[in-house]
Amino acid sequence: MGIKRCLAAFAVLLALLVIFLGMNLCIGSVNIPLSEFYRLANGLPADETFGEIITQIRAPRALAAIFLGGALALSGYLLQTFFRNPIATPFTLGVSSGAKLIVALLMVASLQYSARMNSWAMILAAFAGSMLCMGFVILMSRAIRQMAMLIVSGVMIGYICSAGTDFVVTFADDADIVNLHNWSQGSFSGLTWENVRVMAIVVSLAAVWVFFLSKPLSAYQMGEAYAQNMGLNVPRFRVLVVVLSSILSACVTAFAGPVSFVGIAVPHLVKGLCGTARPLFMIPACFLGGASFCLFCDLLARTLFAPTELSISTVTAILGSPVVIYILLRRKREREG
Amino acid sequence: MDQSCLYTQKLTVGYEGVPLIRDIEIQINRGEIVTLIGPNGAGKTTILRSIIQQLPPLCGVVWLDGRQLGQMSGRDRARSLSVVLTGRLHPEMMSCQDVVATGRYPYTGAFGILSPGDWEIVRHSMELVHISQLRDRDFNKISDGQKQRVLLARALCQQPDVIVLDEPTSFLDIRYKLEFLTILQQMSRSQNLTVLMSLHELDLAGRISDKIACVQGDHIDRFGTPEEIFTEGYIPRLYQMTTGSYDERTGNLELEPSRQPPEVFVIAGNGTGTGLFRRLQREGRSFAAGILWENDLDYPSARALAARVLSVPAFQPIPRAEIDRAKAQIDQCGTVLCTLPPEFLGGFAESLKELRDYAAARGKLASL
Repeated sequence: MGIKRCLAAFAVLLALLVIFLGMNLCIGSVNIPLSEFYRLANGLPADETFGEIITQIRAPRALAAIFLGGALALSGYLLQTFFRNPIATPFTLGVSSGAKLIVALLMVASLQYSARMNSWAMILAAFAGSMLCMGFVILMSRAIRQMAMLIVSGVMIGYICSAGTDFVVTFADDADIVNLHNWSQGSFSGLTWENVRVMAIVVSLAAVWVFFLSKPLSAYQMGEAYAQNMGLNVPRFRVLVVVLSSILSACVTAFAGPVSFVGIAVPHLVKGLCGTARPLFMIPACFLGGASFCLFCDLLARTLFAPTELSISTVTAILGSPVVIYILLRRKREREG
Repeated sequence: MDQSCLYTQKLTVGYEGVPLIRDIEIQINRGEIVTLIGPNGAGKTTILRSIIQQLPPLCGVVWLDGRQLGQMSGRDRARSLSVVLTGRLHPEMMSCQDVVATGRYPYTGAFGILSPGDWEIVRHSMELVHISQLRDRDFNKISDGQKQRVLLARALCQQPDVIVLDEPTSFLDIRYKLEFLTILQQMSRSQNLTVLMSLHELDLAGRISDKIACVQGDHIDRFGTPEEIFTEGYIPRLYQMTTGSYDERTGNLELEPSRQPPEVFVIAGNGTGTGLFRRLQREGRSFAAGILWENDLDYPSARALAARVLSVPAFQPIPRAEIDRAKAQIDQCGTVLCTLPPEFLGGFAESLKELRDYAAARGKLASL
């Protein structure tokens, strides 16, 4: 029965992904009819502008939403398992803000020398920032065992890093500010095929690796003591989880800036949908869920107040924060009940 | 040593380089049940955690079937040793069956998928500890006693040679305590399972253990059979008891009695007096008891609770002198209570009838 429900959940998630992908490609300032896709796919004569819009603007953007959304959800799921804390994510722990700060510093520095940063350098910078904040959060988590305090300290780190980023943005050259400002608010816009190719490689490799960790993750869910007795090398596993979740969130921050709430909301919703917390199901389901969620949010960000575009975080926060409030209320009820 | 399944050789355990308990030498043969006892905070859990390699031993080696446990791979170790620990477990959205199934971890492939054979073992383990009816219940929503049994099923499902349990019976009620230990005993007999655990219940430890190790101060004070451990006066010393008393032979545990000169004299015997002794202790009244044979059921509690016990050796007739001493004691007490029903006050207990009549004649015999 559990398996059936999971398969049904996968079918739903896949269907959502396909539907939202289609909507993202079709809907926008110019609406493109589905028949146009048929023509494009079959090499029939099609409208050139439509083709251009799809291949140069909407397709890379939609693919970015898929990969980065999946990465965000997975990274959140890993951190929640690692800290045994349902609201731990790269965003709440300040990790993505740390990544943002380092990327912003590097961006401004490279703009000074009018060199364009390539995708790999951005990821590397973001990864360095992530690991820096992650190390700090882990140290904090040893000192304070309370889950609420851990999140508070993470949020504080996030604020410090954001302040640093704002500082950098303020003193950047006028011409660069628009670009940098957009990015520091979180957005899937303006990504090139080269960006998409790099993120696809990095995210796919990391996600597959995470999937291969589903067995140790299930052991880790039983608590460290039992996991150790089950034969898991706990210290090595912990390092692996931290590194992988940092790579995933670094990738997101490098290309789309900080995106909030996806990391909390998606794993939680997906868990409810699948009716299990087994990593073997949760990992692919989180990826699919994160991808669909981000496609949907990006669609709203682009179209709600078109031609004005909202930052992606605005939409994810509005949709995701109620989930967090629900989690907190439910935990409180469980503890009292 | 050839026979021993688990052997701690000069094991010194502690935290962060500070030794807590030194030179632990515990040798457990295959199929034996060994229990650690000792006061709270003595380090029982520390020893167990070091043996299962969750805490690096400061010194010494733990041998398991002639192999160094610390150098075995995680999977090999997991296949020969499983644990039931005290820490609370809050697995998310897991049924009891899911929790038990995690015991198959060291036997499954890269993705941890259980084969039909694995599921059969899971089912069998749940049957062994009588939790089949909990199968689909949410682990977080069952009672502590049930959780403990689920965790035992999980540990058995791991098909270990040795199972290590840290205070496994602490949250269980009396029925489940007995059931839990019975399962362990059955497993040790039928599967040759070796059991190492810590227990707080001395009475249970004395009954189930083949050997007992007593943790005191910075060392294992005694390691031997229950008969060797429970010698007179040892348990109060081990636990540094300052109030109340513990009788090693009977397991009789009593609270601290009044130290005043006795105001009540109790004529008791054959187990009829113990309840009254305890009531007098609760009321804070001091009493004398007699005359008791030293093999009487009431004798251990009288020894523990009465200000004065008049007794005669087992199977001996009551000498005249003892009766006179009892009468003198009755003279000093304001009240005399007799818990023996009339049908007992004859035969060898003729002297007790004499005491009763003596008290009655002086108007001191009160009804119960």
